[in-house]
Formats: sequence, structure tokens, C-alpha cells
Amino acid sequence: MSSEAMAAERPNYLNATTGLKSWLLTLDHKRIGILYLLGVSAFFVLGGIFAMLIRLELVTPAGDLVQPDAYNRLFTSHGVLMVFFFLIPAIPGVLGNFLIPIMIGTKDLAFPRLNLLSWYLFMAGGTMALGGIIAGGVDTGWTFYTPYSSTYTMTAVIPVGLGVFVNGFSGILTGLNFMVTIHRMRAPGMTWFRLPLFVWSHYATSLIQVLGTPVLAITLVLLVFERAFHIGVFDPTRGGDPVFFQHLFWFYSHPAVYIMILPSMAVISELIAAFARKRIFGYHAVAFASIGIAVLGFLVWGHHMFVSGQSVYAGTAFSLLTMLVAIPSAIKVFNWSFTLYQGSVSFQTPMLYALGFIGLFMIGGLTGVFLGTLGFDVHVHDTYFVVAHFHYVMVGGTIMGYLGGLHYWWPKITGKLYPEFWGKISALLVFVGFNLTFFPQFLLGYMGMPRRYHAYPEEWQVLNVLSSAGASILGLGFVLPVLYFAWSLKKGPLAGRNPWGARGLEWETDSPPPTLNFDEPPVMNHEVYPYADGEPGSTSGMKPASAH
Amino acid sequence: MSTAHPAVLHHQFDTLEQQKESATLGMWLFLVQEILFFGGLFMAYMLYRWRDPQAFAAGSHELDITLGLVNTVILIASSLTMAMAVHSAQTDKNKALVRYLVATGILGLAFLVIKYFEYSAKWEHHLVPGPNFHFPELAIDGRAEIFFSLYFAMTGMHALHMVVGLVLLGWLLVPAARGRFNSQYHNPIECFGLYWHFVDIVWIFLFPLLYLIGRHYHGAV
Amino acid sequence: MNFKIPFVPEQASTMARDVDQLTFFLVGMAVFFTVLIAVMVLYFALRYRRRAADQVGSSFDHSTLLEVTWTVIPLLIVLFTFGWGAKVYFRLYRPPADAVQYYVTGKQWMWKAQHPTGQREINELHVPVGQPTRLLMTSEDVIHSFFVPAFRTKADVVPGRYTSLWFTPTKPGRYHLFCTEYCGAEHSRMIGWVTVQEPEEHQRWLASVPVQTAPAVAGGELYARLACGNCHREEPGLAGPPLHGLFGREVELADGRTVRADEQYLRESILRPGAKVVAGYQPVMPSYQSQVTEENVLALIDYIKSLEGVAR
Repeated sequence: MSSEAMAAERPNYLNATTGLKSWLLTLDHKRIGILYLLGVSAFFVLGGIFAMLIRLELVTPAGDLVQPDAYNRLFTSHGVLMVFFFLIPAIPGVLGNFLIPIMIGTKDLAFPRLNLLSWYLFMAGGTMALGGIIAGGVDTGWTFYTPYSSTYTMTAVIPVGLGVFVNGFSGILTGLNFMVTIHRMRAPGMTWFRLPLFVWSHYATSLIQVLGTPVLAITLVLLVFERAFHIGVFDPTRGGDPVFFQHLFWFYSHPAVYIMILPSMAVISELIAAFARKRIFGYHAVAFASIGIAVLGFLVWGHHMFVSGQSVYAGTAFSLLTMLVAIPSAIKVFNWSFTLYQGSVSFQTPMLYALGFIGLFMIGGLTGVFLGTLGFDVHVHDTYFVVAHFHYVMVGGTIMGYLGGLHYWWPKITGKLYPEFWGKISALLVFVGFNLTFFPQFLLGYMGMPRRYHAYPEEWQVLNVLSSAGASILGLGFVLPVLYFAWSLKKGPLAGRNPWGARGLEWETDSPPPTLNFDEPPVMNHEVYPYADGEPGSTSGMKPASAH
Repeated sequence: MSTAHPAVLHHQFDTLEQQKESATLGMWLFLVQEILFFGGLFMAYMLYRWRDPQAFAAGSHELDITLGLVNTVILIASSLTMAMAVHSAQTDKNKALVRYLVATGILGLAFLVIKYFEYSAKWEHHLVPGPNFHFPELAIDGRAEIFFSLYFAMTGMHALHMVVGLVLLGWLLVPAARGRFNSQYHNPIECFGLYWHFVDIVWIFLFPLLYLIGRHYHGAV
Repeated sequence: MNFKIPFVPEQASTMARDVDQLTFFLVGMAVFFTVLIAVMVLYFALRYRRRAADQVGSSFDHSTLLEVTWTVIPLLIVLFTFGWGAKVYFRLYRPPADAVQYYVTGKQWMWKAQHPTGQREINELHVPVGQPTRLLMTSEDVIHSFFVPAFRTKADVVPGRYTSLWFTPTKPGRYHLFCTEYCGAEHSRMIGWVTVQEPEEHQRWLASVPVQTAPAVAGGELYARLACGNCHREEPGLAGPPLHGLFGREVELADGRTVRADEQYLRESILRPGAKVVAGYQPVMPSYQSQVTEENVLALIDYIKSLEGVAR
């Protein structure tokens, strides 16, 4: 242990420079990752508080805790903060930023200044949105549907819309930065098919960020113009078409769902490989599935409009394309599951999150197929069934992946180990609390409970109470990691370079890594995930399972 | 890595070539997202033109084709001077680089000045969408507003890109005048050139869509 | 099927059972795959759990046969699902020819309905059991959505255009009506009831409601008041095309296109007359946007529909 203790005192990215300015003006991708961690955590806490208030209101059928106006502001603020300022930036901003340069064996992202600018744009956008929420709030739902948002509501659509707009550029620049870095900065020997799947999935994410986000940007510009100058493009009384807004909005916002889930899939691939000590089964299939999801994701936006009065033929085409997106997702799930076959599986906290992810994402993905099925969607459209579905994907998928990844790379990021026992407890609480919160919502949705309802018929109270009870367990599951992560910073044991016995360039450098990531520029002279190959890169004498 | 790190090479790159390739790829990706940004406006144009071709033809008729044409020529000329500026940087002709950059800037400014006169004429003719909007032809009034909304949104976004371009141009002139660019290092000039050409190309699409299509239309007959 | 399936709302329309059968298939498929993956993951994870700290997995890391299997089989299943779903969807949005038409207008925050016989209701709709019923809907302000869970159907109600849905109620009773497209402060109070009655009871109910003018009649009065007939008459040389027998016909436009004269087209021609000008006419008609309400437009359309045509 003494050598590790010495390693921790070596210069690393955390102790290289000190002072607030050294953080606020840092160009180091790892420090920017930490800045994102602080930012997204703050927005997650706020969004979570709004969620708790929503669940509290829905404990009773009558709308009695808050006024309808306040309730509408709550779910809108919850949606806006969680989607745009937590789910979209969380994994790319924190883990992607920290890990992509290290994983491909380079010193930093291609454009460090742009990377810092991305963070400032994210914070500026978040502050504007938050300002709008505080100074009057916004009550349109995170979807900003016209003409309610453009003509009828009296709330702060413009500041919140502009906040989301500014934040969009943060996403675009991050995506651009990742793509250029992955194309141009790989270490010698790091071919495309030696890239960790984390990098592949982030590449796919970046593709959507760069191609999709500008369409949201122009949509929000038009919305703000409509509201400020009444230009008429979404106003039916001036010859505009409110449904056109939905097309533009979902052209971005459906792919945005994949911006949120693909980075989580990126994390899961790494976790499964590390804790099964085996190369991901069907590496090529999983890599191309990410790209497939990104590309197909752009062709399915119309499935949000099956009941909007669009032609039945358009609905049919969008339904067919939606079905096709299920295939790359299925390929991923099957390959992850099969990676465990003949693996060396251990059940540490990150792996519990990964296995939980597979289960919850299965349900989220399959109910996605339900909703893509035209005849079924008509009944459950805009009901709690949809709410349950996307929370299974967004919370069960994205947040499980984010938390799993945070646990897995925590020793790398901070150099400290978190307490494994409490980690497992939190994983269990999140899994149980999550299912209790959102599974009843599937049933409520099928029974007909519309989403965004402040009051509801009495016969649905039992399921709503279950859901609210689950939410409090879930909330506890989210609070625990904050506590023990903070504890580990002070008192956690030193992690050493590779506490998991995992493979990958990030485990071949110090924890925490030096400012330029590696003492010697790395060379990739073996395949990716070389657990069974006995190839260079294995630092300890591990044996294949068959030896036992 | 064995050779000394040149001053213009940023710390994250190993070679100047890698730095240049990264910058160029980054710029192209930026332009791709710009295309999608304008793409939303072009979709809006297509949709509303398809819904009411007559109003669009009548609206188009109110635009000043002469000024539009002059601006088109100006922008194409500015693209030429910009290309010459890049060429000068690549061939170590520093004085020519500064001259061509200044010429590009002047042409860009001229475009914006003409655009200003076009906009103010629209204001005087009550063709700015809003409470003052009033279209001369009665049968079209109330329907032509969307054409002008899109006209102002599209040309306005384009003009905004021109303004950003001019600011960047001014910002590049300082190091250019100090002779920082040469055949070894001229990324910023090249990337800015890509941006300038892109903004030019957007106008090449806007001009026919807004000014030319529907010129055969002569009143609501 | 008289027993109540938990968590499944009342089946009160001809489409309800079709939708539920599709649901049961979907749930069956989901349970199958979820159990398959769960069993596979748990079995592999426990069977191959790490037994020594330095143990690693095997090198068995790809199989084209397996990849093809779990690509093709799910693909076939989702294509089948798609086909089934599309079949139900087409039935859901294609009303039978003999459907009786009601008008529904959504506004913040109420549902206004009008019977073909003139009765008006707010947040209520009474219909007889067994009658194919079509709702032609529009909104006076923002987007709403008309949803009756017991009928398993819904459609957005969009300002500036008509949307429609239909159902044939199969069971007398009172069923929830919800607005499912978020529409502002009182969204969750934009609710009501659809009451399905036995035909005789429905007749009694109709008789008990003070009858206002039937929409077609009201439309005729409005037609006269706005002097539409000055231009739209069965005479040659007038400024507007005659409207007799127009509804449902193909109309040739001045710009060479043809459109079907449905409700959408009539509505647009009243509010934005220049958008689709009939071949052989000039775009001289002024817009009536500021002079008529959505309900007026519906009445005018009903009147135009009632104009018996000269066969052409």
C-alpha cells in the first residue's frame, strides 16, 4: 500500500494548481468534468424537489396541496430542468468529458477552450431557465406546445426558452468536440475497432447533438419570435400551423431521447465488461447498434403525433420506422446478457446498477414498442402510460447508467474508494423505489389517467399513493450516494490505479490521473477488453475461468 | 514529439498537422449544424409556401429584386476576396492577406447597409409583421404576413451570421496585420473562410426562394 | 366476457375489445422477453460468478449465428406487431359510412357538443347505444384532446382545422371524458361524461332537452344573413361557384390542383378564401374570419352539406 500512498501524493489534475480561478478558467477536460458534476447535480436536486412536490400533490385525488397554476409550473420546471439540464448533459458532460480523452490515450479534447465555453453556456442557459422559473415560472410543459406557449400562457416562456436555446449550443459544441477528438486524437494503435464501446456510444450521441440540437434552436427562436412579435408561423388565426411546431420540436426531441440513453448504454457496456471480466459479446454489433440508434432516431419523430390529426398514412410510416429502432436496442440487450456467459461475474455496486439497468431498460424499451404500435398508442397517448414508459427509459435507463458509471469511475476521478456496503444498499433502494414509483403508472395510464393532471377521479388513488410512496424510497436511494461520496473524499481508502482489475487505458494511469493523463504517451498494441487474451495490458496474473 | 513544440501548437496536439486537421473537421461539423439550423426555416418556408402559394407569390412581388441582385453580386465578390485571402495566407503573402480581408469586410458591410435600406423600406410600406402590417392587395391581406415573417426570420438570421462574421473578421485582422499567419500556420483564416463561404451559400438559396420564385405573378388576377 | 379484468377500463365500444386484445398480445410479448432476459442474466451471473479474485472470463466473444438470431426474430415480431397495430389504427380512424355526426368544440376549459338534431350540451354527451357516432371537432383556442377511456379512442382537437373520431357504444352507462392534451391552468378540470343510453331512453332524453335550432337550419339562417347566396347561387356568371351538391365532390382549382370538398376544405374556403380558388373564378371573396365563430362555421358547413346537388 505504501507505493499507492506515494502515488496519491504525486502531482495529479486535482492538486496541480489550486484556487477558485484555477477551476473556473481550467482547460483540463477532467476538471471541466468535475464542474459539470457540480452543475448537473444542482439541477438534479432542484428537479427532484419539484418531482417530490408533484408526487405529494397526487397522493390525494383532489387538487388540494397546491393551486392548479402552481402544479402546472411544478411539472414544467421538473421536466425542463431534468431533460435539458440534467439528463442530456449528465453523462457526456461528467463522464464523457473525463474519460474520452483518457480512453483513447490523448492529453485532452481537441478544443479545450470550447469545452470550457460549453460548460459556461450550460450554466448560463440553466441560470436563465431557472431565473424564468423563479420570476413567474413557466406552465407549458417541457414540450412548449403551440399555440398555448406562443399565444395563451401568461408565464415566462421567453426566458426559459432562451435558456434552453443557449444550453443547446453547449450540447452542440460538446458533441462537436467529442467527434473531432475521436476522429483526430486517438493514440497510436487505437483503431476504430479498438475503441471502448463507451467511446462508440458517445460518438453516436455526439452525432445527434450536432445534427438535432440546431433544429431545436431554430424552433425555439421561432417560438420566441411568435410570442414576442406575433409573426404567425404557429398561430392558426394568422394562417400558421400549431402542429408544425410539434414536427419541428420532435425532430429534435425524439433523437434527444437517444442523446440521453446512448451515453448510459456507453457506461453499461464498460460495466458489464469490467465486472464479467470478459470482452463485450458481439463488440461490432453493439458498436454499430449505437450508430443505428442514432440514425434511425431521426426518422421516427412522427410517433409523437399519432393522435394529432396527421394522416393515417404518415402515422403508419412512422410506426414502422419506430419498430425498427427496437432492433438495435434489442441487439444491445442480448449482447450484454450473453457477455455474462462464461464470464467471471462479481456483484459490486456498479454491476448491480448495470444489471438493474438491463431489467428496467427492457421494460422501458418494450413499452416503447407498445407505444409505437398504432392501435395501442391511441388509447394511452398522453396518459400516465407514457409517463411511466419514458421514466423507465430516462430514470431506469439514464440515471441507473449514470450512477453505475459514477461508482465505477469514482476511484479514478477522486483516487478514493466509496463504501461498498452502502453502495449496494443505495442500488437496491433505487431499484425497488423506482419500480414502486413508476410501475403503478403503467396501470394508471391504461385505466385512462391523463398526464399533467392536477386532480383525478377517486378510483385511482391507491395506485397514486403507491407511486408516491415509491418516490420517497427512490429519493432516499438518491440521497445516500451523495452522503457516502462526500464521506469518501475525506475518509475513503486510496483506490490505487485499478481497484476493479478492469481493462482500459484509464486504468493504466494514476488515480487521480496527472494533468496530461499519462506519464508516457500510451500506445494501444492489443485488442480492446483483453481479459482472456493474455495480451499486454494485463497488469496482474489473471487466469481464465476454465482454470478453476 | 521529438521536435520542439512550436509556439502556435496547442498543448493537446502532437503535430501542427493534427491541429490543422482537427480545426478543419471541427469547422465542417459546425457548418453541418448551421445547415440544420437554417433547415428548420427552409422547412417552414416549404410548408407555408405549399399551403398558400398565391400569398407567397404576391409577397415575393413586393421585394426589391434590384437590391437583392446587387447584394447577391456583393456577396459573391466577397467570397472571391475571401478565397484570395486564404490563398495569400497559404503562400506567405501577408500584405495581400490583410488587403483581401479588409476588402471582404467592406463588401460584407456594404451588404448589411443595403439590407438595412431594404428593411426600412419594408417598414415604411407596412410590410413588417405585427399590428402595423398592411398588404396592398386586399385579397391577400391577412395571408401575406407569414411570407414576410419568414422573410424577416430567414434574412434576419442570415444577417446575424454576417454580423458575427464581420466581428470575427475584425478579430482576425489584428494577428493578420502582425504577420502571425504564414504557409505553416493559417487555420484560423481557413476556418473563417469556410464560415464566410457558408453564409454566402445560404444567401444563394435565400435570394431565389424569396425574391425570384413567383416573379411571373402580376396581381391577384 | 363479463368478469372484470383488473386495471382494464370498461369495454364500452366496438373497438374496445380489439384494442384490449392487442394489449394482451403486447403484454404477453413483453413478459416473454423480460422473463427470458431476466432468467438468462440471473442464470449466467450466478453460474459464472467470480470464484477467485484473479479469475477472468473466457474468450468466447462473438457468434454470427446468435447475432442473426436475435436480430431477425425480434424484427419479425415487431413487424407483426406493427401490422396488427396499423390494422386497429385504421379502424379507429375510419368511421363507418352510416355514422351520425356530432360537433364538438373545445375551449379553455370546457367541451361543447351539438347534436345533429340541435341539442347542445356542455361537458356531457348523450348518445344511444349501438349507434355509430362520429365527432367532428375543432378548438377555439389551444390544442385539446378528446379521450374516452371506455371507448379506447382519442383525437387531438386542434385550432384552425377539423379532426374527428368515431365510436359505436355497446353498453349503456356513464363514462369518463378527459382532455388529454395539456391546455393550461384548468386542464385537469376539462373533464366530463359521455352517457350511453338505450335508444328509447335516449329519445326521451332528447325530447326533454329544449331544442335549439339544428345546425343545418342555423347555418341556413346565417347563410342568408351573410348574403352568401349573392355570389353562390346556381346561376352562371356570378362571382362565386355554386354550392349545391358540392360536398364530397372533387373540385378543380385555379392552379391546376384538385381537392375533395370535405369539411376541412369548406372551412378553409370560408376563413381563407384565397388559399384554394376554384378554376374559372377570381380570388375576390373576402375572409369571414372575423365575422363567424367556429360554431358558425360548423353550422354553415352543415347547411352546405344539406344543399341537394344538381348532378354533374
